[in-house]
Amino acid sequence: MSSPILRAEALSKTVQSGDDPLTILDGVTFEVAAGDTVAIVGASGSGKTTLLGLLAGLDRPTAGDVWLDGHALSGEDEDERAALRQRLLGFVFQSFQLLPALTALENVMLPLELAGADDAAQRARTWLDRVGLARRVRHYPRQLSGGEQQRVAIARAFAGDPKLLMADEPTGNLDNATGAEVADLMFRLNREHGTTLLLVTHDLALARRCGRRLSLAGGRLVGDERASREGGGVRDTPVARPA
Amino acid sequence: MRTLALGLRMLRRDWRAGELRVLVAALVLAVASVGTVGFFADRVKGALTRQANLLLGGDLMITGDRPLPAAFAERARADGLATTPVIRFNSMVQRADVPADGAAAILTDVKAVGAGYPLRGSVTLVGGEGREDRVAAGIPPPGAAWADVRLAQRLGIGKGARLSVGETTIVVGEILRSEPEVAGVVFSLGPKLLMNLDDVPATNLLQPGNRASHRLLVAAPGEAALERYRRWLGGELKAGQRMENVRDLRPEVRQTLERAEKFLGLAALVAVLLAAVAIALAASRYLRRHLDAAAMMRCFGASRGRTLALFALQFLVLGVAACAAGVLVALGGQALLVGTLSSLMDAGLPAPTWGPALASFATGLLLLFGFALPPLVALSGVPPLRVLRRDLPRPKVAGVLAYALGAATVAMLIAWQAREAQAGAIMVGGVGALLLVAALAAWGLIVLLKRLPQRGVSWRFGLANLSRRRFASSLQIGALALGLMALLLLTLVRGDLMQAWRANLPPDAPNQFLVNVLPDQAADARATLSQRFGRDIAFSPMVRGRLVEVNGQALDTTRFADARARRLAEREFNLSWTDALPGGNRVVAGRFWPPGARGAEQGMSLEDGIAESLGVRLGDALTFDVAGARVTAKVTSLRKVDWDSFRVNFFALFPPGPLDDKPVSYIAAFRAPDTDHGWLAPLVQKHPNILAIDVGELMRQVQGIVDRVSRAIEFVFLFTLAGGLLVLQAAVAATQDERRFDAAVLRTLGASRRQLQSAQVAEFLLLGALAGLVAAAGATAIGWALSDRVFRIPFQANPLVWLYGVGGGALAVAFAGWLGTRNTVRQPPLAVIRQLG
Repeated sequence: MSSPILRAEALSKTVQSGDDPLTILDGVTFEVAAGDTVAIVGASGSGKTTLLGLLAGLDRPTAGDVWLDGHALSGEDEDERAALRQRLLGFVFQSFQLLPALTALENVMLPLELAGADDAAQRARTWLDRVGLARRVRHYPRQLSGGEQQRVAIARAFAGDPKLLMADEPTGNLDNATGAEVADLMFRLNREHGTTLLLVTHDLALARRCGRRLSLAGGRLVGDERASREGGGVRDTPVARPA
Repeated sequence: MRTLALGLRMLRRDWRAGELRVLVAALVLAVASVGTVGFFADRVKGALTRQANLLLGGDLMITGDRPLPAAFAERARADGLATTPVIRFNSMVQRADVPADGAAAILTDVKAVGAGYPLRGSVTLVGGEGREDRVAAGIPPPGAAWADVRLAQRLGIGKGARLSVGETTIVVGEILRSEPEVAGVVFSLGPKLLMNLDDVPATNLLQPGNRASHRLLVAAPGEAALERYRRWLGGELKAGQRMENVRDLRPEVRQTLERAEKFLGLAALVAVLLAAVAIALAASRYLRRHLDAAAMMRCFGASRGRTLALFALQFLVLGVAACAAGVLVALGGQALLVGTLSSLMDAGLPAPTWGPALASFATGLLLLFGFALPPLVALSGVPPLRVLRRDLPRPKVAGVLAYALGAATVAMLIAWQAREAQAGAIMVGGVGALLLVAALAAWGLIVLLKRLPQRGVSWRFGLANLSRRRFASSLQIGALALGLMALLLLTLVRGDLMQAWRANLPPDAPNQFLVNVLPDQAADARATLSQRFGRDIAFSPMVRGRLVEVNGQALDTTRFADARARRLAEREFNLSWTDALPGGNRVVAGRFWPPGARGAEQGMSLEDGIAESLGVRLGDALTFDVAGARVTAKVTSLRKVDWDSFRVNFFALFPPGPLDDKPVSYIAAFRAPDTDHGWLAPLVQKHPNILAIDVGELMRQVQGIVDRVSRAIEFVFLFTLAGGLLVLQAAVAATQDERRFDAAVLRTLGASRRQLQSAQVAEFLLLGALAGLVAAAGATAIGWALSDRVFRIPFQANPLVWLYGVGGGALAVAFAGWLGTRNTVRQPPLAVIRQLG
C-alpha cells in the first residue's frame, strides 16, 4: 500500500458558544491512501463539514494535526496552505459555488488562471466537453440548471488535475435523478483519473459507492467500514477509540 | 505580470456581467460633477475678474505721479502682455469758438490715451438723433477729442465744436457715453474729455505742479503671465508708483467677487460630498458582492497578498478608466454650460485649464481608495472556510477604521476645495453632525416604533426590517439624509441665499453722491433736496485727517508688508462724527457710544477690516493730523461695514465733539429717480462749489456682475443635483440583494406579492421620511451658518424645507425603492435564492 495522501491525527475542534465551550470534533484519527474513495457519513451536526474544512486546511484545529501529501498543515501558514490546496486539491460543493459574474468556461478557468496555467481556456473547454457541457460554455450560472451547475463545478474541480478531490454533499441540492447523474459523472471521472476522493454526505446510497465509509457521531469517529470492492458489500472494521 | 493579466481579465468579466455598473456610474458622475464645477468655476472666476477689469480698462494698472519708466512697458511686451499708456490730468476746458470772456471754463478730467485703449471693456459713443449708442472702434485721432455727455451739456456743444485745452485747440469728434474708469478710493469728479496721447505736448499742460497721473494699463492672456509680471514689477516700483487691480480699488466689487467665489466653492464642496457618499455606497456593495469570489480564490490557492493585489488592481484600473471618462464628461458638460452662458459674459471666458481636470481626477481616485481600501483589505482576509460555511460572519473592518480613511479623505478634499477654512469647517462639521444625528435618530425611532402597538403585517415586517439591520439602517438613513440635504441646500436654501444676496442691493440704494457741501450750505441743500424728493436726505460731516501716531508711536508705514495697508496708511482718511451707529454697520468688538453721547472720552470707532490691515486693536490710541491740529482718540469699538450698500460709509467715526471745530464739508448719498435730471441745476446755481457724483452707472455694473454670477451659480448647482439623485439610487441599491433574498424567502413561505410590496414600501417610506427629517434639520442649520457666518446676509428659515424634506424624502425614497426592488417580488423565489443564497 502506498503512503497515505491524507492523515488526520487526533483532530479536535472546540468553539466558544456562549459561556460554554462546544466540542465539534473530538480526537479524530484516520489515514486515506492515494487512490481510495472515502465517504464521511453522519447525521446533521455530527461535525462532517467541520472535519472537511480542517482536512482542506480551510480552518485550524484546536488540537491535532493534518498531513496533506506529507506536509503537516500546522507547520504552514495561511498562504502556504493555500499553495498546497492549489497543488493538491479539487473541490465540489453542495451549493455549487459558481461565481455568478463568470461564464461556465470562466468559472472552470479561474483556478487554472490562479495557478498560472497558460492553456487555461483550452483545458477548461476540454473538461466542460467531458462533463457534457460543450454547448453551454458561454452561459452564466443563472442560465444553467442545478445539475448543469454542479457539472461545471465538477469540471472545475478536475481541471486542476488534483491528487485529492473533496466533495461536500455534492448531490445535496439536487433531485434524486439529477443527483444520481452527477454522482455517476463524478465517480466515472474519478476512476478514469485515479484521483483520491473524499466525500462528505448523509446520503447512504451515495456513501455506499465509496470504497470506505467513516462514520461520525457527536464529533467522534464511530465507524470505519471498507467495501470488498467498490459499490459492493462493506466490511466492518472497528475503530480504535482514543482514550 | 500574471497577476496583472488575470486582474484585467477578471475586470473585463465583471464589466461584461454588469457587476460594475453602479460603481462606474458613481465614479463617472462624481468626477464629472466635481470636474464640471471645477472647470466652470475656474473659467467663470477668470471671466468675472475680467468682467470686473472692464471697469479698469485692463487687468492691472500701474500709476505714477511722474512718467513711468519705459522698462515697465517693454518688460510687459516681452512677456507677451498687452499695454497701453494713459495720462490723466485736470484742466479747465472751454469753447474755442466763442469770445474768451463769454465762455464758461469747466474743470475737466482729461484722459489722454494711446493706441489699443481700452485693453478691457469698451468706449461707448452717443449715436445721436435716434440712433443707438455704439462702441468706438479705436481712440480719438490726433487733433480730435471725445467729450462726455456731461461736458457737452455744460458747455452746450455738440460734435464738431472746437475746444481749448491748454495751449491747443481740439475738435470734438464724438460725444462719449461711457468709458472704463475706476477712480481710486475717491470718486472720479467732473466731466470727462478723452483725447489722443500725441496731442498732449501741444497743450503744454504737463508742467511741474500739475498733478497728472501717468498710467500704464496691462492686460495678460492668462493669470500666470500676469502674476509673473506682477511679481517682477513688485521689485521695480519706486516711491510714488503703485500697481492696482480692480479689487484693490473698489471694495464693493471685491466683496461681490469674493462672495461669488464662495458660492462657486460651495457648489464644488457639495459635489465632493455627494461623490463621496455615492462612491462609498457603491464600493461597499461591490465588495459585498465579491465576498464569495474572494473566498473561492483563497480556497483555490490564491494567497492573501495575491487576492488583495488582484482586487486592488481591478479597482485601480477601474478607477483610472472611470475617472478619465468622468473628466471627459466634465469637459463636455462645462462646454455646454459655457455655450449657454457665454452671451452673458461680455469679457468672454478664458480657455479651460488643466488644473480642474487633474483635481477632479484625483478626487475620484482618492474617494474610491479612501472608501474601498479598508473593506478591500478585509475582503482579502475572508476566511476560505466560507466556501463550506455560508453562515460565517463577514470579515469586518473595525467600524471606525472602515470609515475613518474615507472620512479623512473627504475632510481633506473639502479643506482643499473650500480654500477657506471657515466654509470648509462648517461643511465638515455639518456633515459629521448630520451623520451622527441621523444614526442616533434612526436608533431612537426604531426603538420607539417597536414599543408602539403594531398593526398590519406589512408595517410590522417593514419595521422589523429596519430594526433588524439597525446599524445598516442608521447608516443608510445618514447617507440618504446627506443626499436629501444636498438637494434641499441646492434648491430651497440656495434660492433663499441668492435672493437675500440680491436683496442686499436694494432698489432704493443711493445713486447720487453730493460732496464738497460747506457747513453753511448744508442746511439749505438738505432743505432743497428734501423738498424735491419728499423725504429727508441725511448729510454726514466729513473731515480729512492723516493717521500719524498709534499709541504715541509715530506711524511707520514701511512696516506694512501689505501694499494696501501701506496705501491706506499713507493717504488721508475721511473722518466723520455721528451720535448713532449708521445703518449697514455692525459693531463686532467693543461698544458704540450711546445716542446723545459726545466728547473725546467716548473714543472713536474703526472699521474692522482697516483695523486689521493697520494692526490696530481695540483700546489703541490713534492720533490724526487734521489740518495741522492733532486729534487723539482711543478705539472703543470696531465695526463691520456693508460696503455694497452704497451708503456713505466711513472707516473712522467719532462722537460729536472732538472734530466740531475742524474744517468740515458735508457729504450726502441718496437716490434720485432715473427720470429726474433737473434736480441738480438749482442747487449748483446757488452753491457752485457743490459737486454731484452719479454712481448709478457703477451700481449698474456691480448689479450686472451680481446677476451674472447668480445665473452662473444656478447652472453649476443644477449639475450637482444629478449627484444627489445618484446618491439616492446608490443608497437603495446598497441593500437590494438582501431585500431580494428576503422577499424570495417570504414568498416561499406564502407571502402574497401585495404583502411583500407593501412591506417594502412601508420600510422605504419610514426610511425616507426619517432621512428627510434629518436632512431638513441639517439643511436649515447649514443654511443658517452659511448666511450668518460666511455670506453675512440675513437668514430666514423656510418652512418648505421641512415639508419637502420629510414628504419629498419619503415619496422619493419609496419610489426609488419600489423601482429597485419591484423585480424581487416578480422573480420566481428559487431563482433568487439560487443566485444569492
